[in-house]
Amino acid sequence: MYRDQDRLRIFTRRAILLAGGKLALVSALIGRMYYLQVLESARYRTLADDNRINLRLLAPPRGRIVDRYGALLAYNRQQYRVSIIAEQTPSVDATLDRLSVLLPITDYERRRVERDVKRKRRFVPITVRENLEWEDVAKIELHIPDLPGVVIDTGQTRFYPLEDLGSHLVGYVAAVSEQELQGSDDPLLELPDFRIGKSGVERAADLRMRGRAGTTEVEVNALGRVVRVLSRTEGVAGEEAELSIDSELQQFAYKRFGEQVGGAAVVDCENGEVLMLVSTPGYDPNAFNKGLSGPEWRALLNNEYNPLTNKAIAGQYSPGSTFKTMVALAALEAGAITADHRVTCIGHTELGNVRFHCWKKGGHGSLDLPQALMNSCDVYFYDTARRVGVDKIADMCTRFGLGSPTGIEIPGEKGGLVPTRAWKRAARRQAWTGGDTYVLGIGQGYILTTPLQLAVMTARIASGGRAIKPNVIRGYRAMPSGNGEEGPLVRPAALSTGEAEIAASLGVDPAYIAVVQKGMDMVVNVPGATAYRSRQKNPAYRMAGKTGTSQVKRITMAERARGVIKTEDRPWRDRDNALFIGYAPVDKPKYAVAVVVEHGGGGAAVAGPMARDIIEFALNRNANPPARVNQPTPRDDPHEDQI
Amino acid sequence: MVSLAGTQASMSLLGKIRQIRWGMVAILISIVAIGIATLYSAGNGSFDPWASRQLIRFSGGLVLMIAVACVDIRVWLRYAYVVYGISLVLLVWVDINGLTGMGAQRWVAVGPVSLQPSEVMKVAIILVLARYFHGLQAEDAGKLVPLLWPLVLVILPVLLVLKQPDLGTAIMLLLAAGAVFFLAGVRVWMFAVAILGVGGLLPLAWGHLKDYQRNRLLTFINPDNDPLGAGYHILQSKIALGSGGLFGRGFLEGTQSHLNFLPEKQTDFIFTMLAEEWGLVGGLVLLTLYLVLVAYGYAIGIRSRSQFGRILAMGLTTMFFLYIFINVAMVMGLVPVVGVPLPLISYGGTAMLSIQIAFGIILGCYVHRDVVIGRRGGFD
Repeated sequence: MYRDQDRLRIFTRRAILLAGGKLALVSALIGRMYYLQVLESARYRTLADDNRINLRLLAPPRGRIVDRYGALLAYNRQQYRVSIIAEQTPSVDATLDRLSVLLPITDYERRRVERDVKRKRRFVPITVRENLEWEDVAKIELHIPDLPGVVIDTGQTRFYPLEDLGSHLVGYVAAVSEQELQGSDDPLLELPDFRIGKSGVERAADLRMRGRAGTTEVEVNALGRVVRVLSRTEGVAGEEAELSIDSELQQFAYKRFGEQVGGAAVVDCENGEVLMLVSTPGYDPNAFNKGLSGPEWRALLNNEYNPLTNKAIAGQYSPGSTFKTMVALAALEAGAITADHRVTCIGHTELGNVRFHCWKKGGHGSLDLPQALMNSCDVYFYDTARRVGVDKIADMCTRFGLGSPTGIEIPGEKGGLVPTRAWKRAARRQAWTGGDTYVLGIGQGYILTTPLQLAVMTARIASGGRAIKPNVIRGYRAMPSGNGEEGPLVRPAALSTGEAEIAASLGVDPAYIAVVQKGMDMVVNVPGATAYRSRQKNPAYRMAGKTGTSQVKRITMAERARGVIKTEDRPWRDRDNALFIGYAPVDKPKYAVAVVVEHGGGGAAVAGPMARDIIEFALNRNANPPARVNQPTPRDDPHEDQI
Repeated sequence: MVSLAGTQASMSLLGKIRQIRWGMVAILISIVAIGIATLYSAGNGSFDPWASRQLIRFSGGLVLMIAVACVDIRVWLRYAYVVYGISLVLLVWVDINGLTGMGAQRWVAVGPVSLQPSEVMKVAIILVLARYFHGLQAEDAGKLVPLLWPLVLVILPVLLVLKQPDLGTAIMLLLAAGAVFFLAGVRVWMFAVAILGVGGLLPLAWGHLKDYQRNRLLTFINPDNDPLGAGYHILQSKIALGSGGLFGRGFLEGTQSHLNFLPEKQTDFIFTMLAEEWGLVGGLVLLTLYLVLVAYGYAIGIRSRSQFGRILAMGLTTMFFLYIFINVAMVMGLVPVVGVPLPLISYGGTAMLSIQIAFGIILGCYVHRDVVIGRRGGFD
């Protein structure tokens, strides 16, 4: 057994060596464990939390838009949406087949769903269709046991009850663009379903109506499925914007336009509140929210009536004869004429060898200033313009708000154009001519105005020359809570002292303005005057005004010779624009109105009666204001979304 | 003591059962209990699907282990080549006609059960080497020529396992065999030569590796370069381990494993799950239990009177140790991910069974510690 003793000795020695090696290895393991679990533990704990905890944003409900009486102009409506969850159905195809019996699914929708099913995690609901009709919801709910994986859930969509009647004013919301995303650090914009205001009040009041995001911390597993909610911080709901608009008046005016194309505005002569701002034709902003198809969008873009343009603030038109009020004021202030300065109109006047016509072929005979306004005599104002000169006219109408944006809160406003000698030199590289002055005298030529500018100008005349500034957003209030209780209206800083304060004077002698006011009163109320047809039936609503008919296409000598001058006989594009400005009641002006009808023909025939009806409606509403509407919409729950 | 040998050879079954180191069995059972608790947690607080089945398998295996312990070790000596031969045939069979799982052919269906021949080979190789070195003189073990045959015995299964491919098992077979060679008295310089030789073969082996194996090796070298791809496993494992801290997140509270960030939490990465929930303390407790088991194996090996018993007990213990080390080092990012389960803990039938058989044999070595075995083996 000697040899075995030998082997045992070697074995034992080597076993001890081996054991030492093993202990060394185990020490390495323990050292590594100590390193990972003690020294680096905090770092790995953080990494573990990063793994499992997702911060999700809670989109706050968007503030509503209401009119001056609380009627809803924009709010969030629950919509129903049918989705499919791939992991809950044995076959997505079979389920879709069965679903399409109840709800016809287009090939396009089906392809999109199939693509999303492949792309997304199997527990993520894939939207099949949004904005379901209630009937469809009921049908699907009834058959839900046979439709594995199909779920109906609710979402929020912005709804505009006025539809096309208030489209330009209220605006619409749509998905956030790349540019908007870069220009803001609001995390809400990164939510895939988030909508922001793109036009109108929706855009102007966007930040106030948007609210602040809430957050929720959720624990997710390796696949991203939410396991539980760890914490939740509620956001702040957006504020409600109250407009000075009277929704009923807005609708009335839009409908009064009928098929006519144009823009109109009603401005409060005391505080500049805009009660109506119409542009026709409109578009349905609800369609934007659902998403327009390519052809629908192109149809809107290429429509010859430009439904996407807010003509009330961005439509620029020659003011035509409505501008004679400004020429008159400029001449009176400059001392170029007095109120009883007379001019004899023989139907035309001449400058050099160019003949300038009055609209009345035979002429008006001898007229003083109020009579010239009443009859809208062109020859009188050619002459007056020549006497006062372009620069003083430009100065006066600039003071009355022409030539620059009025500053209304709604985005996209245009400033129009007030031509001067300097402007023509710079823009046209031509000298101002006497003929230009003549043409400016009757509100034609280079001068451009928007309907809102004309309404503001009229309000300034009506107020005796005070700097009325238009505004449409009265203020903001916290969203009504579940019981419908409204918070107090918080006025914007600029308006916080507004109502009581009388707007600053434009520095025009009230006596001169009185002359123009008298002329405008005669325009409407003297039998045979240009707008006698547009007088108010109710004497308490007695309206003053001024018609305007501005040429879109110059009437050529040849046409004049042929006698083809009746506007109705020309193609729509070539017909004159019809304008009317007015205010009422004359003794204590409340509202000023401006109506522009594109290619409508005569201002007296088309625009005047519309203005008359609009003013009448507005004054009636003012006399009998409706009870304040307080409609709580269903309390909007913030919906969850992941960045 | 010589006289005792005769009595031991003819011990009654009851006498043998009395001789079993029950303390060792108790340690083993407590490790398995920890494993079943962890599997219960891995099943999100449910005995299904893992914990219950593991319990049933272990219970069955426990009876087998005791039975194996009662088998005279001379039987193992006699049938060592038969067991080895069968294992080799199974390995060839798995190569030709095996079931594929996890990108490798490792399974054969034997009747209703699927079997991993590589697990069986881990026991068989020790058995056959123990037999060979038992019959070798001490001075012969220092020579080169007598080592050629055992080398062949090792190389054959290693190549077959590599072909599956199962890098982890191949490495374990090599290391365990190396340990046996070392214990048997093979000269140290020969190991040096062997290591150099294997080192020279490495570039050749690289060409034969499957893509996923290369990825694992590359990822091991730099796990952070591809955190969502090949490095994902090891990174998530380290995060789970590290976030466990000193005392762990609590039973059933391990977020990384329960939220499935941790892959293979019921098999190869079960140590991570345990350490996430029980922390450094829990991990150390388990390692300590393992070391006690290894120490038992050592004691039995040294106490054995026959070279066969010594090498067998020590070889199997070393194999067991290699399981533990490679698995734990792997989940902590110390060695590449090679797919070695944590013995007695990881979910899996064949591995559990072969480890229980191995422990049965180790226990048997103690029961039959004083059996005298001639150089040619047998019951003389």
